[in-house]
Amino acid sequence: MTQFQLNVNGMAVTATVDDQAMPLLYFLRNDLGLHGPRFGCGLGQCGACTVHLDGAAIRSCVYPIGNVQGKVTTLEGLGSGENLHPVQKAFIEEQAVQCGYCINGMIMQAAAFLKRTPKPTEDQVRQELRPNLCRCGTHLRIIRAVMRASQA
Amino acid sequence: MNALIDRRRFLQGSGALIVSFALPLTHGRAAVTNVTKPVDLNTVESFLAIRPDGEIIVYSGKVDLGTGVKTALMQIAADELDVPLTQVTLIQGDTDLTPDQGVTSGSFSIQNGGVQLRQAAATARRALLQAAGKRFGAASDSLRIADGIVIGPDNKRVPLQALIGPHGLDLKMDKTAPLKSPADFKLVGRDVQRVDIPGKVTGSFTFMQDFKLPGMLHGRVVRPPAIGATILKVDESSVADIPGIVKVVRQENFLGIVATNEWAAIKGARQLAVSWSEWVGLPDQRHLWEHVRKTKVLHDDVTSNVGDSAQALRSAAHKLSATFDFAIHTHGSIGPSCAVAQWQGERLTCWNAAQSPHNLRKQLAATFSLKDEQVHNIYIEGAGCYGRNGHEDAAADAALLAREVNAPVRVQWMRAEEHGWDPKGPPTLLDMRAGFDAQGKITAWESELFIPNGVAGFVSLVGADHAKLNSLGELSPGGVLNDLSIPYAIDNVKTTAHRLESTPLKPAWIRSPGRMQNSFANESFFDEIAAHLGLDPLDARLQYLRDERGKEVLERLATLSNWRQRPKPDRHANISVGRGLAFIKYELVRTYVGMVCEAEVNRKTGEVVPRKFFVVQDCGQIINPDGVRNQIEGNVLQTVSRAMQEEVRFNRSQVTSLDWASYPILRFPEVPEVVMDLIDRPQDIPWGAGEPTAALVPTTISNAVFDAIGVRLRSVPFTAEKVKVAIERDSKS
Repeated sequence: MTQFQLNVNGMAVTATVDDQAMPLLYFLRNDLGLHGPRFGCGLGQCGACTVHLDGAAIRSCVYPIGNVQGKVTTLEGLGSGENLHPVQKAFIEEQAVQCGYCINGMIMQAAAFLKRTPKPTEDQVRQELRPNLCRCGTHLRIIRAVMRASQA
Repeated sequence: MNALIDRRRFLQGSGALIVSFALPLTHGRAAVTNVTKPVDLNTVESFLAIRPDGEIIVYSGKVDLGTGVKTALMQIAADELDVPLTQVTLIQGDTDLTPDQGVTSGSFSIQNGGVQLRQAAATARRALLQAAGKRFGAASDSLRIADGIVIGPDNKRVPLQALIGPHGLDLKMDKTAPLKSPADFKLVGRDVQRVDIPGKVTGSFTFMQDFKLPGMLHGRVVRPPAIGATILKVDESSVADIPGIVKVVRQENFLGIVATNEWAAIKGARQLAVSWSEWVGLPDQRHLWEHVRKTKVLHDDVTSNVGDSAQALRSAAHKLSATFDFAIHTHGSIGPSCAVAQWQGERLTCWNAAQSPHNLRKQLAATFSLKDEQVHNIYIEGAGCYGRNGHEDAAADAALLAREVNAPVRVQWMRAEEHGWDPKGPPTLLDMRAGFDAQGKITAWESELFIPNGVAGFVSLVGADHAKLNSLGELSPGGVLNDLSIPYAIDNVKTTAHRLESTPLKPAWIRSPGRMQNSFANESFFDEIAAHLGLDPLDARLQYLRDERGKEVLERLATLSNWRQRPKPDRHANISVGRGLAFIKYELVRTYVGMVCEAEVNRKTGEVVPRKFFVVQDCGQIINPDGVRNQIEGNVLQTVSRAMQEEVRFNRSQVTSLDWASYPILRFPEVPEVVMDLIDRPQDIPWGAGEPTAALVPTTISNAVFDAIGVRLRSVPFTAEKVKVAIERDSKS
């Protein structure tokens, strides 16, 4: 058993794990009950597990918990209830969801991107989201939502 | 963190209906029930209950697979009863609580499930108005309902729930109960925002993959490295060093690991030392189509036979023939299949995201030699489901593992399992022939489809197969004969399906099964005929179509896409832009779609870029226009992915395209624009919108490529390599 001190969504938490190589995703989902990040591939290929580490989008399904240094933010920490992040708000306004399983990754990737690039072109949004997979074919709405958030 | 809070809830609103159970709060549904609630299709209470606080509970056997149909069904019920949408709760896919409305597939959720629900609500509405009329001493047709309150003469008011007698709604479904006039719709036909989206963008929505029970353990299955391999030896000591392993479960060739935490289960499944037998039973993929053609035909299904096509072909002045093939596809849900199972004695409760909760109950009951009543199967929405994927199989896995550990077990498939072990859309081959007279009239049409035998029956559960248990499985490719017949008036037509004894990988249905493959061949071949006869693709279709609604769709498509004024492509340019058109009347009886694709073709590289789609759809009454638009966009984009790049790869032993690198799908930079025109017919039946559009995407792309460079693509997917080969073949001929 190893213990880590982590900062998740602004809160100090202690992780007690058997294996430091365990990806961060399992701690967030199973120990903290944070379901925003999702298991999609476990290979860093689809983006469904995306969280922020010090504001940068990372793939929590392949990020060993033992390597986490910095502040972790999940979809839940980005915004909730009445206090939505502009990207979350734009996703609702554009109804940019079908099944919604990939949406965590889309929002987290986009939110990190817009912080770096507040006024992107549509082409930049497409390039930025290139690594994120959506199977339902919601891409057009997702692009519109990210553009809307950038104009908010 | 325990997401579960036990609470008791009394759905007492409709008198006789008393339901009490422990609810996982995050999901708002029963964990264990022994409920006496009607679920038959002839009783209103099977579909609806009105609680004392006025909440309307809708019980739906059709489930939301990520399409937004939950919101649409709530709109239907709320509007028919004139209650606000916020007063409606929908419980879906629970074998103890919801009626068996059949599999959620084939774009039937609204057409069948929605229509049944509306009838239940209309029957209830009439009875409630009659009860209010008695109370007010007024004729029921002089009353109206607003926001769940019946309003009578002198502004007398009574809420709907106050009209429920001691025996509840206690009503038989009545098909003659009057339906609201479309002129009075307040929610139906409107862009109502989906109820699930706020939770999905904030992380509070509970997907199947998020569902937890107290004391729940985590399971992972160890799959064989070859489809038919058997276990020779398992060395359990190989996982002894992993803390948290509870048990290595083996039943025949089914092998799994149960652990106290998910990571231990994953590591255990990877690390477990197993010797498997060799198995080399798949055909050589390089010769797949020869294999399909040589597979034993069990029988033929002739789906249309008009005139004498053989004679007409013999006497034709000109003939045309072509062969089309369509690759094996996987579902590729972004979230791998997941289920939780719990045994209490001989009673099994299973939570999963399978598209047919009632059918899966039968399969699980058969697998474990139980009566159907001993299995309680509960749907929880998972990642997008486009047909019979791995959810059912995960349910069997969870049940097999849970039985051995006396605790609830959650199983989530790993990515390689999802890509490797979900049932596949089968390889599909079509031979097409047509004949013409000297005046250029089409006199004969023949098609021969090579497709596995079977219908949309039970697909065996892979865990049960490995455990040598009978899960009622049979060869079930889906309703693949649909749209083999054509909508065009040709004097001599014969369309025949050769039903094959087997197919390399276990088949099932994926969005628009058969309809997509058959339409690819039909509409591409019709395009070839039009070109052969020197006819415009639109004019040719209008000429042979005898369906006014269909013609309206095509005319509106012409306007939307500016078809008649479209630029003529320069077929000799290195990069040429073409436009392809296609039409479908889904299954020849419902939703109409007309589609144009504008595609760019690079003659040198063979790269095809479908950059814009124009879609006109007439699906009858539209419940939620934005929901329909969302589905149409999804249909187009997902099928662009399938048509352009998807093909399951396998060697002689197993599937080898086991991740997103080896089975690539559409990415953002490749996404085309979609422009659409929806025809709404509020007085008509609401037909489905969940898949008809998908059927036309491959054929409009191939027709656009022909328009652009004069080369026919007859093999899906249209990879650059295959397009280059087609261009070279064409330049030699």
